[in-house]
Amino acid sequence: MRYFSHTPEDIQSMLSAIHSGSMDDLFSMIPDNCRMKKTPDIPPPLSEWELIQKMEEMSGEMPSSAYRSYLGAGRYEHYIPAILPYLLGRSEFSTAYTPYQPEVSQGTLQAIYEYQTLTSRLLGMDVANASLYDGASALSEALFMAMRITKGKQIAMSRLVHPSFRKVVSTCLAPTSSKIIELPYQKDGTTDISTLKEMKDLGAVVVQSPNFFGCIEDLQKVSGTIDHQKTLLIACFTEPIAFGLIHPPGDLGADIVCGEGQSLGIPLSYGGPGLGMLACKEAHVRNMPGRLVGKTTDLDGKPAFVLTLATREQHIRREKATSNICTNSSLCAVTALMFMASVGGSGIRKLAQLNHDKSEYVKNGFKAKGVRIPFSAPAFNEFVVQFDKEFSEKYEKLLQEKIIPGLPLSGFYPELKDHYLICVTETKGKADLDHFMEKVTS
Amino acid sequence: MTETSATRGLIFNEPLLWEIGKKGRIGFSMPENDVPDSPLDKRLTRKDSGLPDLSEVNVIRHFTRLSQWNFGIDSGMYPLGSCTMKYNPKINERVASLPGFAGAHPLLPDSLSQGILRLMFELEQHLAAITGMDSVTLQPSAGAQGELCGMLIFHAYHRKNGKPRSKIIVPNTAHGTNPSSAALCGYRAIGVSVNEKGILTPEAVAAIMDEDTAGIMVTNPNTLGFFEENIQKISEIVHSKGGLVYGDGANMNAVMGIVDMAACGMDVLHLNLHKTFSTPHGGGGPGAGPVCTKKHLEPFLPVPRIIEEKGVYSLSNDFPDSIGKLHAFYGNVGIMIRALAYIRSMGGENLKKASRLAVLNANYIKEKLKKVLHLPYDRICMHECVFSDKNQNPTKITTLDMAKRLIDFGFYPPTIYFPLIVKGAMMIEPTETESKEEIDRFIAAMEQIVEEAANQPDLLRNAPGKCKVRRLDEAQAARKPCLGG
Repeated sequence: MRYFSHTPEDIQSMLSAIHSGSMDDLFSMIPDNCRMKKTPDIPPPLSEWELIQKMEEMSGEMPSSAYRSYLGAGRYEHYIPAILPYLLGRSEFSTAYTPYQPEVSQGTLQAIYEYQTLTSRLLGMDVANASLYDGASALSEALFMAMRITKGKQIAMSRLVHPSFRKVVSTCLAPTSSKIIELPYQKDGTTDISTLKEMKDLGAVVVQSPNFFGCIEDLQKVSGTIDHQKTLLIACFTEPIAFGLIHPPGDLGADIVCGEGQSLGIPLSYGGPGLGMLACKEAHVRNMPGRLVGKTTDLDGKPAFVLTLATREQHIRREKATSNICTNSSLCAVTALMFMASVGGSGIRKLAQLNHDKSEYVKNGFKAKGVRIPFSAPAFNEFVVQFDKEFSEKYEKLLQEKIIPGLPLSGFYPELKDHYLICVTETKGKADLDHFMEKVTS
Repeated sequence: MTETSATRGLIFNEPLLWEIGKKGRIGFSMPENDVPDSPLDKRLTRKDSGLPDLSEVNVIRHFTRLSQWNFGIDSGMYPLGSCTMKYNPKINERVASLPGFAGAHPLLPDSLSQGILRLMFELEQHLAAITGMDSVTLQPSAGAQGELCGMLIFHAYHRKNGKPRSKIIVPNTAHGTNPSSAALCGYRAIGVSVNEKGILTPEAVAAIMDEDTAGIMVTNPNTLGFFEENIQKISEIVHSKGGLVYGDGANMNAVMGIVDMAACGMDVLHLNLHKTFSTPHGGGGPGAGPVCTKKHLEPFLPVPRIIEEKGVYSLSNDFPDSIGKLHAFYGNVGIMIRALAYIRSMGGENLKKASRLAVLNANYIKEKLKKVLHLPYDRICMHECVFSDKNQNPTKITTLDMAKRLIDFGFYPPTIYFPLIVKGAMMIEPTETESKEEIDRFIAAMEQIVEEAANQPDLLRNAPGKCKVRRLDEAQAARKPCLGG
């Protein structure tokens, strides 16, 4: 096996150095009835070339690049600059552990400090942490954080927060006494907050913008409706590229902003790994979950970076920690940083505009062909359409023609039969879009 | 020691990204807009996101220079205890980036996801075979989320039986994540101490196990590097009071194909793919923390689960007792691909051999270094061994000093000040992928450091001296936090 360096002579000389007759002696303390009776039933080792063949075979069963997909709904297809995989292949980044020894981890530490900074700017917040697992875990952690701060017992959550995020939240809150009240959506595809003012003992309000239907929410109005001393506004997101163009949640009164950062240069990879992003106002930083990198100096006064405020964390505080998180999504945070650095402030604005323009082109195209667009609120790069009842048959046919025409919504919203969520990003040219509209409506 | 592997070399200073940026640059190949402009209402748009503008060359040089300030497992030995920093095979990276995998949207219909579903299904089966457990979920994103998943299963199980419980037994050798994960489910952690041999006794567990205790969380081998020899008896005690046994598999690398976790009495066990199964740690993730259970707890596993019927795979949510979802989709699939590639490259015999070599390496270090360092528990260890700085106390040299000095010899320091029950602990886990020569160099470095501690202590107090920065003012960082620029 090429990953081992021990020769039989090495093993013999090491065994004699430790006064053991055989390798089995080293396991003599394991009681017989705890032992595995036979070697695990795993097929014999594959050579590198056999492995590639097997993996290519499985990868080949997945849609090829010839497919045109209009799926979004929490994971987005964007161009990834060629330099990203190249830089991430630098094993000094990828094969390091959490930067416990800062003197030999300054690369990761400065990168995470830069990630925290650019994330705060993009989201319009004061402080961002070093990352959480994914958007759904970031929302759960944000809720635990808000309930710690406000001591409220109820959470008002928009029905237009990503349905999977809401499911994860209810899994994580199941053992607690927190209660979730759902805020319905109104006719224009945004959250109905009319009942918010009357709600009692409310620790947090969660609204996603752009929301699951792609519509931009009026966060400022939500913020103005609540008393921030008692109730925190958690703004959630799944498409951070939007904030290159539209007002970020921090500018609109959010106390905590959290969401999924996959859009920022991270491959789809069937949904994971992603990047849990979380940022908050300065006042709440000591209640934040997860790692934080801070700037300091070394003995010579040179600027340097280090993990800090560790007294919030599980390895120090154990059961009183702000979170149980340890390993997070560091390399994905570095990926997002590289993406934000590549695209830049001017670039992300252009990219966001491009996404919006392409999406509007298709939306308007459908409208012109008489397809119903049920929600009128302004959208970013996703929108809902209502097709004819017969469309489900056509859906299958389109799959065969290598077009994936969006996501059927009835599985998530039973009242929305024949409704589909369509996402259009910069990855589709006008010719693709014309062909798509033609195929769908013909 | 004649020559160390660490030496001087040219590395570069590199400013912060926003100090390099200049308006008018771009490092992204922007597609031309080929559809009509469609401006958003001005009231909805912001002025400037504040991201710096850089060219592609700026970006490449910035991150290349940063990377050179890091130490990774490809740089050298990384004996961080309980972290299993073994070699991360490169072929795994290549297969994980195959376009069919990397480009797959998680909401594809099952009919278009057969390749990935098959891959995940096979990985589940292999992990069950390696541990002896019955059922597996791949959904948790890291070890701590695996623990949370396990505790949620405990909680759901007791609730289903109509008797929710309020306590959980956590040994004093446990990782901080254990009590913290249990607390998220409302459990109060009840401590139990290990005996003079460094392991749990059935008596100590029996004394505190009662019918209000949900169960016990056991790391086996434990963080002192010892196999919990009484695990079966302990499991019986916990089960007899209606409790469940949770196995923290962070240290699974010691016993792959050797110990049957189900036979030990484990009801739930998490694994760390980024430790035992060779996936890169990424400087702090992403990892993956699959959870294995015995058959009787399978109904509680997170949804969706992968179902196979006549060679066709599908995702099913039809498990009414399930704890629900833990990830927006199915977990860290990119990490699963790497782990499967590792398992298939190794095969059953080599996995077993990996554990045997890992244990051999740790015992070799323990035997050699116990001559110069204080070894609180002098017994055969498994994949890691724990020393302390007791011998150095008279000179006021600490574990931290010795750890920092190791860097000057070209090694990443071991885990320090953990486990908490050993004062000034130094926890060394070499893993199986370090050669005898590298381990001999590590031992020689440690021996020299111990000698320096006695005769030239300032060398240690001023260490490290070969890095880009010297020791940091960590107190200042926490007192006046500066968390962004």
